[in-house]
Amino acid sequence: METFTPVSALAGGLTIGAAVALFLVLNGRVAGISGILGGLLSPARGEVGWRVAFLAGLLVAPFVHVAAGGVLPAISIEASPGLLVLAGLLVGFGTRLGSGCTSGHGVCGIGRASPRSLAATGIFMATAVATVFVTRHILGI
Amino acid sequence: MPLIASAFASGLIFGLGLIVSQMVNPAKVIGFLDLFGRWDPSLAFVMGGAVAVSALGFAVARRRRVPLLAPRLEVPARRDLDPRLLAGAALFGIGWGLAGFCPGPALTMLLAGPWQVPVFVASMIAGMALFRVMPADWPEAAFRRRASEADG
Repeated sequence: METFTPVSALAGGLTIGAAVALFLVLNGRVAGISGILGGLLSPARGEVGWRVAFLAGLLVAPFVHVAAGGVLPAISIEASPGLLVLAGLLVGFGTRLGSGCTSGHGVCGIGRASPRSLAATGIFMATAVATVFVTRHILGI
Repeated sequence: MPLIASAFASGLIFGLGLIVSQMVNPAKVIGFLDLFGRWDPSLAFVMGGAVAVSALGFAVARRRRVPLLAPRLEVPARRDLDPRLLAGAALFGIGWGLAGFCPGPALTMLLAGPWQVPVFVASMIAGMALFRVMPADWPEAAFRRRASEADG
């Protein structure tokens, strides 16, 4: 597998940034995925439609990509089912407790120089790197 | 209706960006997080490109003051660092490192990916639901109780 892919990474990053900018300029909102999904668990009046629509856009993206002649990247998931469940619980709980994830804090928050998002991004990057180090190089899972 | 259409378009473009950048592949994400192994710096380019364009979007949105389709700009205003933010980010990072999935890529691949993706997404929603049933003053109230017990 080709490991370092700066061109597609940059192209994808610019596309993600364009989505964030579009959503902000048109809808006036931050495109934080965990917040958009989490808001559906306690639905407020007038807040459901756009959330569902945004998530529907995400869900159909792979099919649109393929229909437009693109090829989906290989998806390789090494974590066992038990580990996936634990990871999912931590990601769901953690992003709600910390009010954001890679998109809300990492892209939108840093884009507007929010001190909270800079701190959150530094912390989740650090604990993610530490987790990969422990699981890969110490525990070997 | 325009709000719904623009939200759908934003989600679609966001998802396409995650696919093109390969963020949807957990092995690729873990390669980036594996600083002490065979490090793959690609995702730094994803973040760099995304942040640059999003910063531009925020500059435009602030200048215009009012979004084109909505009555007002709804951008978080808090600037303080509190225990919830820091603890939440730490827990999220651990989960992200375990599976290589964060919410955007997992949702994007929910219908088009292997069977593990729905397993992860279901657990993620369960984690969000678990957070919802926690008392509103948690964990601050517990910290305060500890502190007053220590004082007494």
